[in-house]
Amino acid sequence: MKIVNLDHMSANPLLPEVQEAMIDAVKGNYGNPSSQHTIGEQAAEILENSRESVARLINAAAPREVVFTSGGTESVNHAAKGLAWANAERGKHIVTSNIEHNSVIRSMRRLKMMGFQITSIPVDEYGRVKPDDVARAIRDETILVSIMHSNNEIGTIQPIEEIAGITRDKKVLFHVDAVDSVGVVPIDVQTLGVDALSFASYPFYGPTGVGGLYVRRGVKIWPLLEGGIQEHSKRAGTENLIGIVGMGVAAELAIRDMESRIAHVKMLKQKLLKELPHYIDEYSINGHPEHSLPNLVSVSLKYIEGESIVLMLDDENIAVSTRSACASGSLRASHVLLSIRLSYADAQGTLVITFGVDNTEEDIVRFLEALHGTVNTLRKLSPLYKKAV
Amino acid sequence: MYSKTVMDHFRNPRNSGTIEGADGVGEVGNPLCGDIMTMYLDVEDEHIKDIRFQTFGCGAAIAVSSMLTELAKGKSIEEAKKITNKDVAKALEGLPKNKLHCSNLGADALHMAIKDYEDRKAGRKKSEPTLSEPHEHDHGEKCYCPYCDAEIPEGVTFCKNCQLEAEDSR
Repeated sequence: MKIVNLDHMSANPLLPEVQEAMIDAVKGNYGNPSSQHTIGEQAAEILENSRESVARLINAAAPREVVFTSGGTESVNHAAKGLAWANAERGKHIVTSNIEHNSVIRSMRRLKMMGFQITSIPVDEYGRVKPDDVARAIRDETILVSIMHSNNEIGTIQPIEEIAGITRDKKVLFHVDAVDSVGVVPIDVQTLGVDALSFASYPFYGPTGVGGLYVRRGVKIWPLLEGGIQEHSKRAGTENLIGIVGMGVAAELAIRDMESRIAHVKMLKQKLLKELPHYIDEYSINGHPEHSLPNLVSVSLKYIEGESIVLMLDDENIAVSTRSACASGSLRASHVLLSIRLSYADAQGTLVITFGVDNTEEDIVRFLEALHGTVNTLRKLSPLYKKAV
Repeated sequence: MYSKTVMDHFRNPRNSGTIEGADGVGEVGNPLCGDIMTMYLDVEDEHIKDIRFQTFGCGAAIAVSSMLTELAKGKSIEEAKKITNKDVAKALEGLPKNKLHCSNLGADALHMAIKDYEDRKAGRKKSEPTLSEPHEHDHGEKCYCPYCDAEIPEGVTFCKNCQLEAEDSR
Protein backbone atom coordinates (compact mmCIF):
# COMPACT_ATOMS: atom_id res chain seq x y z
CA MET A 1 0.00 0.00 0.00
CA LYS A 2 1.32 3.42 -0.93
CA ILE A 3 2.56 5.43 2.01
CA VAL A 4 0.65 8.66 2.46
CA ASN A 5 3.24 11.23 3.50
CA LEU A 6 1.54 13.99 5.45
CA ASP A 7 4.77 15.02 7.14
CA HIS A 8 6.39 17.25 4.51
CA MET A 9 7.73 19.44 7.29
CA SER A 10 10.23 16.70 8.09
CA ALA A 11 10.98 15.17 4.73
CA ASN A 12 10.22 16.07 1.13
CA PRO A 13 10.57 13.90 -1.93
CA LEU A 14 13.13 15.35 -4.34
CA LEU A 15 11.52 16.52 -7.57
CA PRO A 16 12.72 14.65 -10.69
CA GLU A 17 14.58 17.70 -12.05
CA VAL A 18 16.38 18.11 -8.72
CA GLN A 19 17.32 14.43 -8.69
CA GLU A 20 18.69 14.62 -12.24
CA ALA A 21 20.74 17.72 -11.53
CA MET A 22 22.22 16.12 -8.41
CA ILE A 23 23.00 12.85 -10.20
CA ASP A 24 24.77 14.86 -12.92
CA ALA A 25 26.73 16.61 -10.21
CA VAL A 26 27.66 13.28 -8.64
CA LYS A 27 28.81 11.81 -11.96
CA GLY A 28 30.35 14.97 -13.33
CA ASN A 29 33.89 16.13 -12.87
CA TYR A 30 33.08 19.05 -10.61
CA GLY A 31 36.04 20.16 -8.64
CA ASN A 32 36.59 22.55 -5.79
CA PRO A 33 35.30 26.04 -6.60
CA SER A 34 38.33 27.56 -4.86
CA SER A 35 40.89 25.96 -7.18
CA GLN A 36 42.71 28.13 -9.72
CA HIS A 37 42.56 25.69 -12.62
CA THR A 38 39.84 24.90 -15.16
CA ILE A 39 38.26 22.12 -13.10
CA GLY A 40 37.88 24.52 -10.21
CA GLU A 41 36.58 27.33 -12.44
CA GLN A 42 33.89 25.06 -13.79
CA ALA A 43 32.85 24.20 -10.26
CA ALA A 44 32.84 27.87 -9.31
CA GLU A 45 30.55 28.66 -12.22
CA ILE A 46 28.06 26.01 -11.10
CA LEU A 47 28.24 27.31 -7.54
CA GLU A 48 27.50 30.86 -8.61
CA ASN A 49 24.65 29.79 -10.91
CA SER A 50 22.98 28.09 -7.96
CA ARG A 51 23.58 31.16 -5.83
CA GLU A 52 21.85 33.38 -8.40
CA SER A 53 18.80 31.09 -8.45
CA VAL A 54 18.51 31.11 -4.66
CA ALA A 55 19.07 34.88 -4.49
CA ARG A 56 16.24 35.37 -6.95
CA LEU A 57 13.93 33.18 -4.86
CA ILE A 58 14.14 35.67 -2.01
CA ASN A 59 14.80 38.78 -4.15
CA ALA A 60 18.17 39.55 -2.62
CA ALA A 61 19.75 42.69 -4.08
CA ALA A 62 22.88 40.75 -5.02
CA PRO A 63 23.72 37.02 -5.12
CA ARG A 64 26.67 37.51 -2.77
CA GLU A 65 24.22 38.36 0.00
CA VAL A 66 23.36 34.63 0.07
CA VAL A 67 25.68 32.36 2.05
CA PHE A 68 25.29 28.59 1.62
CA THR A 69 25.13 26.56 4.83
CA SER A 70 24.48 22.99 5.92
CA GLY A 71 20.85 23.78 6.63
CA GLY A 72 18.42 25.86 8.67
CA THR A 73 20.04 25.08 12.02
CA GLU A 74 23.46 26.28 10.90
CA SER A 75 21.97 29.39 9.31
CA VAL A 76 20.15 30.27 12.52
CA ASN A 77 23.17 29.58 14.72
CA HIS A 78 25.33 31.68 12.40
CA ALA A 79 22.86 34.55 12.33
CA ALA A 80 22.14 34.66 16.06
CA LYS A 81 25.71 34.22 17.26
CA GLY A 82 27.47 35.96 14.36
CA LEU A 83 25.30 39.08 14.58
CA ALA A 84 25.47 39.19 18.39
CA TRP A 85 29.25 38.82 18.59
CA ALA A 86 29.95 41.28 15.75
CA ASN A 87 27.79 44.01 17.26
CA ALA A 88 28.46 43.42 20.95
CA GLU A 89 30.34 46.71 21.34
CA ARG A 90 27.09 48.59 20.75
CA GLY A 91 25.19 46.58 23.33
CA LYS A 92 24.39 43.12 24.59
CA HIS A 93 20.61 42.89 24.63
CA ILE A 94 18.65 40.67 22.25
CA VAL A 95 14.89 40.37 21.75
CA THR A 96 13.27 37.16 20.54
CA SER A 97 9.94 35.32 20.94
CA ASN A 98 8.60 32.41 23.00
CA ILE A 99 7.77 30.25 20.01
CA GLU A 100 11.05 30.20 18.11
CA HIS A 101 12.50 26.98 16.80
CA ASN A 102 14.87 25.16 19.16
CA SER A 103 17.88 26.27 17.11
CA VAL A 104 17.08 29.91 17.99
CA ILE A 105 16.25 29.11 21.60
CA ARG A 106 19.45 27.11 22.17
CA SER A 107 21.55 29.76 20.42
CA MET A 108 20.02 32.45 22.63
CA ARG A 109 20.65 30.31 25.68
CA ARG A 110 24.30 29.93 24.67
CA LEU A 111 24.57 33.69 24.14
CA LYS A 112 23.05 34.25 27.58
CA MET A 113 25.76 32.03 29.06
CA MET A 114 28.27 34.28 27.28
CA GLY A 115 26.96 37.44 28.90
CA PHE A 116 24.17 38.64 26.62
CA GLN A 117 20.74 39.52 28.00
CA ILE A 118 17.77 37.96 26.26
CA THR A 119 14.16 39.15 26.37
CA SER A 120 11.62 36.68 25.02
CA ILE A 121 8.25 38.09 23.92
CA PRO A 122 5.09 36.07 24.61
CA VAL A 123 2.54 35.38 21.88
CA ASP A 124 -1.25 35.48 21.78
CA GLU A 125 -3.43 32.37 21.62
CA TYR A 126 -2.90 32.21 17.84
CA GLY A 127 0.85 32.35 18.25
CA ARG A 128 1.23 35.93 16.95
CA VAL A 129 3.77 38.42 18.27
CA LYS A 130 2.51 41.97 18.80
CA PRO A 131 4.81 44.52 17.13
CA ASP A 132 4.10 46.88 20.05
CA ASP A 133 5.55 44.30 22.45
CA VAL A 134 8.72 44.19 20.36
CA ALA A 135 8.95 47.99 20.33
CA ARG A 136 8.53 48.12 24.10
CA ALA A 137 11.18 45.48 24.66
CA ILE A 138 13.84 47.31 22.65
CA ARG A 139 16.26 49.28 24.85
CA ASP A 140 19.34 51.41 24.19
CA GLU A 141 21.54 48.33 24.54
CA THR A 142 19.49 46.21 22.13
CA ILE A 143 21.46 45.12 19.08
CA LEU A 144 19.35 42.32 17.61
CA VAL A 145 15.78 41.13 17.22
CA SER A 146 15.17 37.54 16.06
CA ILE A 147 11.60 36.49 15.21
CA MET A 148 10.56 33.60 12.97
CA HIS A 149 8.55 34.21 9.81
CA SER A 150 6.34 31.15 10.23
CA ASN A 151 6.13 28.54 12.94
CA ASN A 152 6.77 24.90 12.10
CA GLU A 153 4.36 23.53 14.70
CA ILE A 154 1.27 25.71 14.32
CA GLY A 155 1.91 27.48 11.02
CA THR A 156 1.31 31.01 12.29
CA ILE A 157 2.92 33.75 10.21
CA GLN A 158 4.30 36.80 12.05
CA PRO A 159 3.86 40.51 11.14
CA ILE A 160 7.44 40.72 9.91
CA GLU A 161 7.11 43.90 7.84
CA GLU A 162 5.65 45.79 10.78
CA ILE A 163 8.37 44.58 13.11
CA ALA A 164 11.04 45.47 10.53
CA GLY A 165 9.65 49.01 10.44
CA ILE A 166 10.21 49.21 14.18
CA THR A 167 13.73 47.74 14.14
CA ARG A 168 14.80 50.03 11.29
CA ASP A 169 13.46 52.98 13.22
CA LYS A 170 15.36 52.03 16.34
CA LYS A 171 18.48 51.03 14.40
CA VAL A 172 18.43 47.43 15.64
CA LEU A 173 19.34 44.44 13.46
CA PHE A 174 16.49 42.09 12.53
CA HIS A 175 17.04 38.38 11.83
CA VAL A 176 14.16 36.21 10.64
CA ASP A 177 14.09 32.42 10.77
CA ALA A 178 12.20 31.70 7.56
CA VAL A 179 13.10 28.02 7.25
CA ASP A 180 9.48 26.90 6.84
CA SER A 181 8.52 29.81 4.57
CA VAL A 182 11.18 30.25 1.88
CA GLY A 183 10.10 28.42 -1.25
CA VAL A 184 6.68 27.74 0.27
CA VAL A 185 5.18 31.23 0.36
CA PRO A 186 6.52 34.35 -1.40
CA ILE A 187 9.46 35.79 0.53
CA ASP A 188 10.91 39.10 -0.62
CA VAL A 189 13.68 40.40 1.63
CA GLN A 190 13.30 43.91 0.16
CA THR A 191 9.60 44.10 1.01
CA LEU A 192 10.10 42.45 4.39
CA GLY A 193 12.95 44.80 5.19
CA VAL A 194 15.02 42.32 7.21
CA ASP A 195 18.76 42.32 7.78
CA ALA A 196 19.28 38.57 7.87
CA LEU A 197 17.12 35.60 6.90
CA SER A 198 17.67 31.88 7.53
CA PHE A 199 16.30 29.19 5.24
CA ALA A 200 16.72 25.53 4.23
CA SER A 201 16.42 23.63 1.00
CA TYR A 202 14.15 20.70 1.85
CA PRO A 203 10.92 22.71 2.45
CA PHE A 204 10.94 23.48 -1.27
CA TYR A 205 11.84 19.97 -2.40
CA GLY A 206 15.60 20.36 -2.40
CA PRO A 207 17.91 17.99 -0.55
CA THR A 208 18.31 17.93 3.23
CA GLY A 209 21.63 19.06 4.66
CA VAL A 210 21.73 22.28 2.66
CA GLY A 211 20.44 25.76 3.44
CA GLY A 212 21.25 29.41 3.23
CA LEU A 213 21.64 32.60 5.19
CA TYR A 214 20.81 35.95 3.63
CA VAL A 215 22.78 38.84 5.09
CA ARG A 216 22.06 42.34 3.80
CA ARG A 217 25.12 44.05 2.43
CA GLY A 218 26.73 46.25 5.03
CA VAL A 219 25.51 44.27 8.04
CA LYS A 220 28.30 43.31 10.42
CA ILE A 221 28.40 39.57 11.11
CA TRP A 222 31.11 37.23 12.38
CA PRO A 223 31.50 33.83 10.73
CA LEU A 224 30.48 30.68 12.59
CA LEU A 225 32.88 28.46 10.67
CA GLU A 226 36.36 29.88 10.15
CA GLY A 227 39.28 28.71 8.08
CA GLY A 228 39.29 29.34 4.36
CA ILE A 229 37.79 32.35 2.61
CA GLN A 230 34.82 30.58 0.98
CA GLU A 231 31.47 32.34 0.80
CA HIS A 232 33.22 35.72 0.81
CA SER A 233 34.90 34.84 4.11
CA LYS A 234 31.52 34.45 5.76
CA ARG A 235 31.47 30.65 5.95
CA ALA A 236 34.65 28.61 5.61
CA GLY A 237 34.73 25.10 4.22
CA THR A 238 34.69 23.46 0.82
CA GLU A 239 31.17 23.80 -0.49
CA ASN A 240 28.64 20.94 -0.62
CA LEU A 241 28.31 21.38 -4.36
CA ILE A 242 26.02 18.41 -4.95
CA GLY A 243 23.57 19.66 -2.35
CA ILE A 244 23.85 23.26 -3.52
CA VAL A 245 23.15 22.23 -7.12
CA GLY A 246 20.00 20.47 -5.90
CA MET A 247 18.99 23.55 -3.94
CA GLY A 248 19.54 25.80 -6.95
CA VAL A 249 17.31 23.73 -9.20
CA ALA A 250 14.70 23.45 -6.46
CA ALA A 251 14.77 27.24 -6.13
CA GLU A 252 14.12 27.72 -9.86
CA LEU A 253 11.18 25.32 -9.69
CA ALA A 254 9.83 27.05 -6.61
CA ILE A 255 9.91 30.41 -8.38
CA ARG A 256 8.16 28.92 -11.40
CA ASP A 257 5.51 26.90 -9.54
CA MET A 258 4.92 28.84 -6.30
CA GLU A 259 1.38 29.94 -7.17
CA SER A 260 0.14 26.56 -8.35
CA ARG A 261 1.72 24.81 -5.37
CA ILE A 262 0.08 27.16 -2.91
CA ALA A 263 -3.28 26.66 -4.63
CA HIS A 264 -2.86 22.88 -4.41
CA VAL A 265 -1.92 22.64 -0.73
CA LYS A 266 -4.53 25.27 0.20
CA MET A 267 -7.15 23.08 -1.44
CA LEU A 268 -6.01 20.06 0.53
CA LYS A 269 -5.90 22.05 3.77
CA GLN A 270 -9.41 23.37 3.24
CA LYS A 271 -10.70 19.90 2.43
CA LEU A 272 -9.13 18.48 5.58
CA LEU A 273 -10.55 21.20 7.82
CA LYS A 274 -13.99 20.88 6.23
CA GLU A 275 -14.20 17.07 6.49
CA LEU A 276 -12.56 16.66 9.91
CA PRO A 277 -15.71 17.15 12.02
CA HIS A 278 -17.39 14.31 10.10
CA TYR A 279 -14.73 11.89 11.32
CA ILE A 280 -13.79 12.99 14.84
CA ASP A 281 -15.00 15.20 17.64
CA GLU A 282 -13.40 16.86 20.68
CA TYR A 283 -10.53 18.52 18.86
CA SER A 284 -9.16 22.02 18.28
CA ILE A 285 -7.21 23.61 15.47
CA ASN A 286 -4.16 25.64 16.44
CA GLY A 287 -2.60 28.71 14.89
CA HIS A 288 -3.98 31.83 13.27
CA PRO A 289 -6.99 31.26 10.98
CA GLU A 290 -5.74 33.80 8.43
CA HIS A 291 -1.99 34.41 8.85
CA SER A 292 -0.92 30.84 8.50
CA LEU A 293 1.16 28.56 6.26
CA PRO A 294 -1.07 27.17 3.48
CA ASN A 295 0.44 23.69 3.80
CA LEU A 296 0.12 23.07 7.54
CA VAL A 297 -2.65 21.96 9.90
CA SER A 298 -2.09 21.60 13.63
CA VAL A 299 -4.84 19.66 15.39
CA SER A 300 -5.07 18.84 19.10
CA LEU A 301 -7.03 15.66 19.79
CA LYS A 302 -8.40 15.55 23.29
CA TYR A 303 -7.76 12.69 25.74
CA ILE A 304 -5.06 10.89 23.76
CA GLU A 305 -1.29 11.16 23.25
CA GLY A 306 0.61 12.08 20.10
CA GLU A 307 3.21 9.33 19.71
CA SER A 308 0.63 6.59 20.06
CA ILE A 309 -1.45 8.30 17.35
CA VAL A 310 1.57 8.52 15.03
CA LEU A 311 2.43 4.83 15.56
CA MET A 312 -1.13 3.67 14.84
CA LEU A 313 -1.36 5.82 11.72
CA ASP A 314 2.03 4.47 10.67
CA ASP A 315 0.55 0.97 10.87
CA GLU A 316 -1.90 2.18 8.21
CA ASN A 317 0.93 3.59 6.08
CA ILE A 318 0.22 7.19 6.94
CA ALA A 319 3.02 9.47 8.11
CA VAL A 320 2.28 12.47 10.32
CA SER A 321 4.20 14.27 12.99
CA THR A 322 3.62 15.07 16.64
CA ARG A 323 5.31 17.22 19.26
CA SER A 324 4.22 15.32 22.35
CA ALA A 325 6.68 15.08 25.19
CA CYS A 326 7.17 11.35 24.67
CA ALA A 327 7.83 11.77 20.98
CA SER A 328 10.23 14.64 21.43
CA GLY A 329 12.79 12.42 23.12
CA SER A 330 13.35 15.16 25.64
CA LEU A 331 10.20 14.28 27.58
CA ARG A 332 9.13 17.92 27.42
CA ALA A 333 5.84 19.21 26.11
CA SER A 334 6.17 21.56 23.15
CA HIS A 335 7.10 25.08 24.25
CA VAL A 336 5.17 26.40 21.25
CA LEU A 337 1.91 24.71 22.24
CA LEU A 338 2.30 25.75 25.87
CA SER A 339 2.97 29.36 24.72
CA ILE A 340 -0.41 29.49 22.97
CA ARG A 341 -1.98 28.43 26.25
CA LEU A 342 -2.85 24.83 25.40
CA SER A 343 -3.24 22.65 28.46
CA TYR A 344 -0.50 20.07 28.97
CA ALA A 345 -2.91 17.28 28.06
CA ASP A 346 -4.01 18.94 24.81
CA ALA A 347 -0.40 19.74 23.93
CA GLN A 348 0.42 16.03 24.21
CA GLY A 349 -2.29 15.05 21.76
CA THR A 350 -1.31 17.42 18.95
CA LEU A 351 -0.60 16.37 15.39
CA VAL A 352 1.20 18.44 12.76
CA ILE A 353 0.04 17.62 9.25
CA THR A 354 1.94 19.16 6.34
CA PHE A 355 0.97 18.74 2.70
CA GLY A 356 3.06 18.64 -0.44
CA VAL A 357 2.71 18.61 -4.21
CA ASP A 358 2.58 14.81 -4.18
CA ASN A 359 -0.52 14.66 -1.95
CA THR A 360 -3.97 14.05 -3.41
CA GLU A 361 -7.53 14.37 -2.17
CA GLU A 362 -7.62 10.59 -1.73
CA ASP A 363 -4.72 10.94 0.70
CA ILE A 364 -6.85 13.24 2.83
CA VAL A 365 -9.74 10.75 2.84
CA ARG A 366 -7.43 7.85 3.74
CA PHE A 367 -5.95 9.90 6.55
CA LEU A 368 -9.35 10.88 7.95
CA GLU A 369 -10.62 7.30 7.88
CA ALA A 370 -7.51 6.03 9.64
CA LEU A 371 -7.65 8.89 12.13
CA HIS A 372 -11.26 8.03 12.98
CA GLY A 373 -10.31 4.46 13.91
CA THR A 374 -7.15 5.48 15.73
CA VAL A 375 -8.83 8.15 17.84
CA ASN A 376 -11.64 5.77 18.84
CA THR A 377 -9.22 3.01 19.83
CA LEU A 378 -7.00 5.28 21.88
CA ARG A 379 -9.87 7.06 23.58
CA LYS A 380 -11.26 3.71 24.70
CA LEU A 381 -7.90 3.08 26.35
CA SER A 382 -7.68 6.52 27.95
CA PRO A 383 -8.60 7.25 31.57
CA LEU A 384 -9.13 10.92 30.61
CA TYR A 385 -11.92 10.09 28.17
CA LYS A 386 -13.88 8.17 30.78
CA LYS A 387 -13.74 11.13 33.15
CA ALA A 388 -14.99 13.52 30.49
CA VAL A 389 -17.81 11.25 29.38
CA MET B 1 12.81 2.18 18.21
CA TYR B 2 10.59 -0.34 19.96
CA SER B 3 11.05 -4.11 20.27
CA LYS B 4 8.63 -6.54 18.63
CA THR B 5 7.11 -7.35 22.02
CA VAL B 6 6.48 -3.69 22.78
CA MET B 7 4.81 -3.16 19.41
CA ASP B 8 2.71 -6.30 19.92
CA HIS B 9 1.44 -5.07 23.29
CA PHE B 10 0.85 -1.63 21.83
CA ARG B 11 -1.13 -2.93 18.86
CA ASN B 12 -2.96 -5.63 20.85
CA PRO B 13 -3.14 -4.45 24.43
CA ARG B 14 -4.22 -7.10 26.92
CA ASN B 15 -6.72 -6.43 29.72
CA SER B 16 -7.69 -2.88 28.80
CA GLY B 17 -10.78 -1.38 30.36
CA THR B 18 -12.19 -0.78 33.82
CA ILE B 19 -13.73 -2.91 36.58
CA GLU B 20 -17.04 -1.76 38.05
CA GLY B 21 -16.85 -1.98 41.82
CA ALA B 22 -13.14 -2.78 41.78
CA ASP B 23 -11.45 -3.88 45.00
CA GLY B 24 -8.53 -1.53 44.40
CA VAL B 25 -7.82 1.36 42.05
CA GLY B 26 -4.48 3.07 41.48
CA GLU B 27 -3.81 6.05 39.25
CA VAL B 28 -0.48 7.77 38.67
CA GLY B 29 1.06 10.27 36.34
CA ASN B 30 0.13 13.64 34.97
CA PRO B 31 -0.06 15.28 31.54
CA LEU B 32 3.16 17.20 32.22
CA CYS B 33 5.34 14.26 31.36
CA GLY B 34 2.71 12.83 29.10
CA ASP B 35 1.60 9.62 30.81
CA ILE B 36 -1.35 8.72 33.01
CA MET B 37 -2.10 5.12 34.02
CA THR B 38 -5.00 3.68 35.97
CA MET B 39 -5.08 0.10 37.26
CA TYR B 40 -8.23 -1.69 38.47
CA LEU B 41 -8.05 -4.83 40.64
CA ASP B 42 -10.54 -7.56 41.34
CA VAL B 43 -9.16 -9.54 44.30
CA GLU B 44 -10.31 -12.97 45.51
CA ASP B 45 -8.59 -15.05 48.18
CA GLU B 46 -5.75 -12.55 48.26
CA HIS B 47 -5.13 -13.24 44.58
CA ILE B 48 -5.56 -10.87 41.64
CA LYS B 49 -8.50 -12.49 39.88
CA ASP B 50 -8.83 -9.77 37.31
CA ILE B 51 -6.83 -6.64 36.45
CA ARG B 52 -7.59 -3.92 33.91
CA PHE B 53 -5.79 -0.83 32.78
CA GLN B 54 -6.42 2.50 31.13
CA THR B 55 -3.58 4.64 29.82
CA PHE B 56 -3.06 8.07 28.32
CA GLY B 57 0.42 7.87 26.88
CA CYS B 58 2.85 6.87 24.16
CA GLY B 59 3.55 3.45 22.64
CA ALA B 60 5.81 2.46 25.54
CA ALA B 61 3.25 3.54 28.13
CA ILE B 62 0.48 1.45 26.59
CA ALA B 63 2.78 -1.56 26.17
CA VAL B 64 4.00 -1.28 29.76
CA SER B 65 0.44 -1.16 31.12
CA SER B 66 -0.58 -4.16 29.06
CA MET B 67 2.46 -6.23 30.04
CA LEU B 68 2.02 -5.30 33.68
CA THR B 69 -1.50 -6.70 33.73
CA GLU B 70 -0.21 -9.93 32.18
CA LEU B 71 2.50 -10.21 34.83
CA ALA B 72 0.11 -9.44 37.70
CA LYS B 73 -2.96 -11.42 36.71
CA GLY B 74 -3.48 -14.53 38.81
CA LYS B 75 -0.69 -13.67 41.22
CA SER B 76 -1.11 -13.32 44.96
CA ILE B 77 -1.06 -9.82 46.40
CA GLU B 78 2.31 -10.52 48.01
CA GLU B 79 3.77 -11.76 44.70
CA ALA B 80 2.32 -8.80 42.82
CA LYS B 81 3.91 -6.39 45.28
CA LYS B 82 7.30 -7.71 44.20
CA ILE B 83 6.78 -6.89 40.51
CA THR B 84 9.17 -4.10 39.59
CA ASN B 85 9.56 -1.83 36.60
CA LYS B 86 12.67 -3.84 35.71
CA ASP B 87 10.54 -6.97 35.39
CA VAL B 88 8.23 -5.15 33.00
CA ALA B 89 11.05 -3.73 30.89
CA LYS B 90 12.70 -7.14 30.72
CA ALA B 91 9.45 -8.87 29.71
CA LEU B 92 9.08 -6.29 26.95
CA GLU B 93 12.59 -7.11 25.68
CA GLY B 94 13.82 -3.73 26.74
CA LEU B 95 12.76 -0.14 26.33
CA PRO B 96 14.63 2.84 24.89
CA LYS B 97 16.47 4.62 27.69
CA ASN B 98 14.29 7.72 27.55
CA LYS B 99 11.18 5.53 27.93
CA LEU B 100 12.22 3.76 31.10
CA HIS B 101 10.20 6.25 33.12
CA CYS B 102 7.09 4.72 31.54
CA SER B 103 7.90 1.38 33.19
CA ASN B 104 8.33 3.18 36.53
CA LEU B 105 4.84 4.56 36.11
CA GLY B 106 3.32 1.16 35.40
CA ALA B 107 4.79 -0.45 38.50
CA ASP B 108 3.67 2.59 40.53
CA ALA B 109 0.08 2.25 39.30
CA LEU B 110 -0.05 -1.43 40.26
CA HIS B 111 1.35 -0.77 43.71
CA MET B 112 -1.04 2.14 44.25
CA ALA B 113 -3.93 -0.18 43.34
CA ILE B 114 -2.66 -2.81 45.80
CA LYS B 115 -2.27 -0.15 48.49
CA ASP B 116 -5.82 1.01 47.80
CA TYR B 117 -7.09 -2.56 48.17
CA GLU B 118 -5.22 -2.99 51.48
CA ASP B 119 -6.38 0.40 52.77
CA ARG B 120 -9.99 -0.48 52.08
CA LYS B 121 -9.55 -3.92 53.67
CA ALA B 122 -8.16 -2.29 56.79
CA GLY B 123 -11.08 0.10 56.87
CA ARG B 124 -8.89 3.08 56.16
CA LYS B 125 -10.24 5.97 54.13
CA LYS B 126 -10.37 5.28 50.42
CA SER B 127 -7.41 7.02 48.84
CA GLU B 128 -8.17 9.57 46.18
CA PRO B 129 -6.73 9.00 42.72
CA THR B 130 -3.24 10.42 42.59
CA LEU B 131 -3.80 12.29 39.34
CA SER B 132 -2.45 15.50 40.76
CA GLU B 133 0.74 13.97 42.15
CA PRO B 134 3.77 15.02 40.21
CA HIS B 135 5.55 12.07 38.76
CA GLU B 136 8.77 11.55 40.66
CA HIS B 137 11.70 9.31 39.97
CA ASP B 138 12.11 8.16 43.52
CA HIS B 139 12.83 4.46 43.13
CA GLY B 140 16.58 4.73 43.00
CA GLU B 141 16.19 4.18 39.28
CA LYS B 142 18.49 6.00 36.96
CA CYS B 143 17.52 8.93 34.79
CA TYR B 144 19.31 9.65 31.57
CA CYS B 145 19.88 12.88 29.73
CA PRO B 146 17.72 12.82 26.61
CA TYR B 147 20.49 14.51 24.62
CA CYS B 148 23.66 12.61 25.42
CA ASP B 149 22.39 9.54 27.31
CA ALA B 150 24.64 10.31 30.27
CA GLU B 151 23.31 9.38 33.67
CA ILE B 152 21.78 12.24 35.63
CA PRO B 153 22.11 11.94 39.42
CA GLU B 154 19.00 11.88 41.57
CA GLY B 155 17.35 15.23 42.15
CA VAL B 156 19.56 17.01 39.62
CA THR B 157 18.16 18.62 36.53
CA PHE B 158 21.41 19.74 34.88
CA CYS B 159 23.40 17.44 32.64
CA LYS B 160 27.08 18.15 33.26
CA ASN B 161 28.06 16.25 30.16
CA CYS B 162 26.33 18.38 27.59
CA GLN B 163 26.04 21.50 29.73
CA LEU B 164 22.31 21.66 29.26
CA GLU B 165 19.34 21.89 31.52
CA ALA B 166 17.48 18.58 31.50
CA GLU B 167 14.31 20.33 32.64
CA ASP B 168 12.99 23.29 30.74
CA SER B 169 11.95 26.32 32.77
CA ARG B 170 9.10 28.02 30.97
